[in-house]
Amino acid sequence: MAEGSKDQGTVVMGTATSPTTPTPTTITITDPEEDSPNMIVYRKIEDIVMRIQDEKAGGVAIRTVKSFLSKIPSVVSVHVCVFVRSSVQVGSCVLGADIVQWLMKNLSIEDSAEAIHLGSLVAAQGYFFPISDHVLTLKDDGTLYRFQSPYFWPSNCWEPENTDYAIYLCKRTMQNKARLELADYEAENLARLQRAFARKWEFIFMQAEAQVKIDRKKDKAERKILDSQERAFWDVHRPVPGCVNTTEMDIRKCRRERNPHRVKKSVYGTPDDSQSPSPVHIPSSQPARKATREDVQKEISFLNIQLDRHCMKVSKVADSLMCYTEQFMEYDPFVAPMEPSNPWLTDDTSFWDLEAGSRDPSQQRVKKWGFSMEECLKDPAGRDQFLKFLESEFSSENLQFWLAVQELKRRPLQEVASRAQEIWQEFLAEGAPSSINLDSHSYERTSQNIKDPGRYSFEDAQEHIYKLMKSDSYARFLRSNVYQDLLLARKKQQPSDTEQGRRTSLEKFTRSVGKSLTGKRLTGLMQSS
Amino acid sequence: MCDQTFVAITFGPCDRCEKNFPLMSIYIQGEAATYCSFCVDTMACEGLTKGETLVTLKNESDSLKKKLEEERNKLHDIELHKVAEKVEVLGALPIKTRRVLKGHSNKVLCMDWCKDKRRLVSSSQDGKVIVWDAFTLNKEHGVTMPCTWVMACAYAPSGCAIACGGLDNKCCVFPLSLDKNENLAAKKKNVAMHTNYLSACSFTNSDMQILTSSGDGTCALWDVESSQLLQSFHGHTADVLSLHLAPSETGNTFVSGGCDKKCNVWDMRSGQNVQSFETHDSDVNCVRYYPSGDAFASASDDATCRLYDLRADREVAIYQKDSIIFGATSVDFSQSGRLLFAGYNDYTVNAWDVLKGTRVSILFGHENRISSLKVSPDGTAFCSASWDNTLRIWA
Repeated sequence: MAEGSKDQGTVVMGTATSPTTPTPTTITITDPEEDSPNMIVYRKIEDIVMRIQDEKAGGVAIRTVKSFLSKIPSVVSVHVCVFVRSSVQVGSCVLGADIVQWLMKNLSIEDSAEAIHLGSLVAAQGYFFPISDHVLTLKDDGTLYRFQSPYFWPSNCWEPENTDYAIYLCKRTMQNKARLELADYEAENLARLQRAFARKWEFIFMQAEAQVKIDRKKDKAERKILDSQERAFWDVHRPVPGCVNTTEMDIRKCRRERNPHRVKKSVYGTPDDSQSPSPVHIPSSQPARKATREDVQKEISFLNIQLDRHCMKVSKVADSLMCYTEQFMEYDPFVAPMEPSNPWLTDDTSFWDLEAGSRDPSQQRVKKWGFSMEECLKDPAGRDQFLKFLESEFSSENLQFWLAVQELKRRPLQEVASRAQEIWQEFLAEGAPSSINLDSHSYERTSQNIKDPGRYSFEDAQEHIYKLMKSDSYARFLRSNVYQDLLLARKKQQPSDTEQGRRTSLEKFTRSVGKSLTGKRLTGLMQSS
Repeated sequence: MCDQTFVAITFGPCDRCEKNFPLMSIYIQGEAATYCSFCVDTMACEGLTKGETLVTLKNESDSLKKKLEEERNKLHDIELHKVAEKVEVLGALPIKTRRVLKGHSNKVLCMDWCKDKRRLVSSSQDGKVIVWDAFTLNKEHGVTMPCTWVMACAYAPSGCAIACGGLDNKCCVFPLSLDKNENLAAKKKNVAMHTNYLSACSFTNSDMQILTSSGDGTCALWDVESSQLLQSFHGHTADVLSLHLAPSETGNTFVSGGCDKKCNVWDMRSGQNVQSFETHDSDVNCVRYYPSGDAFASASDDATCRLYDLRADREVAIYQKDSIIFGATSVDFSQSGRLLFAGYNDYTVNAWDVLKGTRVSILFGHENRISSLKVSPDGTAFCSASWDNTLRIWA
């Protein structure tokens, strides 16, 4: 579309005399803060903006506009635009639709909505603006856009003062031009500034007058361009109410900006006597510490440890990640449908209510316990069932020990020592009521640790017991009737006679006892049934 | 009263003993160094071949780094996305905003889900910390912090307390009660104390310990009841911006990301840095473990998100696009690890296919930068917090 119209009309490139056309030469900046987060984005945007304007290298066709004052048709069709060979060159512009097309083609964007969004952000940062109104967004139509002068680019770290803004607004009111009339919010701002700067107002007024005089001497066309660029600059730094202020900074990154103390730089070169510091938190700057010998020695020992580490091949790791993801995809609400429904979509909380009750867990949930012992223990219902099973085999002390140590690590500091002692007495000491079997090495280590009991006193023992359960008890649990019944949703037989009834109530009783982690095993009671 | 003339020399830390003395410029094995006169004498006596200087140590370190890179590259036999070609392509995701939480009067900087899957806590630049029932949009608790810019907040596993902090350099804990007339601020408990802003905080799997990260470059583990420092973690050379605890029931590790472009994995017990990854080009804003705990993702100002695997000890995937030029601020995995949701400074959320490395969806809605993003504990939704003063629930 764009190519067709280029043949019909004349396209006059911005001449070298115009100071506002950015030259394609790269601006070299030797700045140590080049890699600060904001700068990275600005440089990327600047690269895009330069490329768009570089017609020879696949940029966008640049149009001339007959007259700034006449209404610019904002019709999508390009053929409606009039190209006029005129001696009054009012500046080179590009069409919004062309920018969108360029973005889609050169940044591999498939959806125009995304291109419009990106373009609007670039406009909002102040890199180009529509010449007719000053709403800093990109429209996918015949709206004409002008590029901002590099002088006004945000990467120059402008922090324009209110005095500059006052001068600017004042200047606008002095020139009797319809296009320079103040918008409502600008008039309000001016009134407010007049009150705030009451004592300085004469100075500001003088500055504004001086500016107007200088401007009058400039070439008419050039002035129009500069005026529009200046206005776009202020649209960024004093945004229209309701618009996003894109100059806002993430406070955590402030101190690394080129101008960390935000020393105000005057847009118009006026010296500012009221250097009120901006309300930005200036954390104490920490100059990069020169690496000491200790630092490098630490680094060397770290690197040696890394070299000794046994690592897996990426192919193996990739298979493992794929396997895990595949296994859990049916449990992922974003990928698989939820039964009965996702509460956030239907406003129906049944999904959560079902999960909460640990009696009769769903088959899908029970299946998860079979993936790994970790998954089983993660689910409170799974943990309960596993414990119950172990109790029926009179081998629950291992799991109870493991759970006790987990709970120990969650205790407040001052309770840790005494609780650790209790655990020792219950599970490991001579004649312990719930004694567990440890290998001699772990036992030695643990008995040493317990002399100065702490949160991690039982790490070795816990690890050993975990491995034991995983290879032995857990495997049997998965093969057990209890688990298989739940997995295949086989209904349990109703307790019809007193014999059965007593057994179920006994099961319930032992289960509740099992929950209390310091409960003694009721060997006697169990044997009596 | 001596009539000696002194040569003008610099004053500063000696390269060898690091103490402040007048320095002399000397050459050792062709490399320049500045030593104090005492060290020069010692060095001269010991002989120049012996003795480790900073320079020789640095050379050793550099050669080790090269060797490590070579070793790791040997294991880099294939790319993850190539292996994942056989995985079925995901269909279009019908994700939409399901709730908009309005109530903050300034940028929302952080949020965290409660384990009950529907409540969450959020903190804002306006100094307010609000607990919401996101399902009903009900605001259940609110507290105003004395300092604005509350950059970090966390929900306790029991659901009975919240923690928050920011520019005040502290992390404090507030117990939550069902009392309608509660004055949360009265029960405030100062737990952590850093020397710079608090960037992130997280309870371990108990209400009794909190892990914090700070602009002072360190992470720390605290006992809530006594406010005692249990362990500190040193290794980052710039602000630490984010941390995440490994999801394992048995593990004792966590990962942190910082402005030094590094992601470090730590052992909570010993305080040691066990693994380190440095492939980003700019600040790492957020780190999150993959659900199995074998890998983690990071979001950075260089506009990319990356996946690092702990067993391969390297980056295995990079999530980037030419059209994404603004920094990524936060990431989280879906329940299965198949999707990675990332919030960016261009106001959008992108959903990535973790295995294939492609972008599945772009979500518009927020009107300013996204500061924080977390998937709910049961994976049914994710929440994004933004500078547009709102939070959105997506599902």
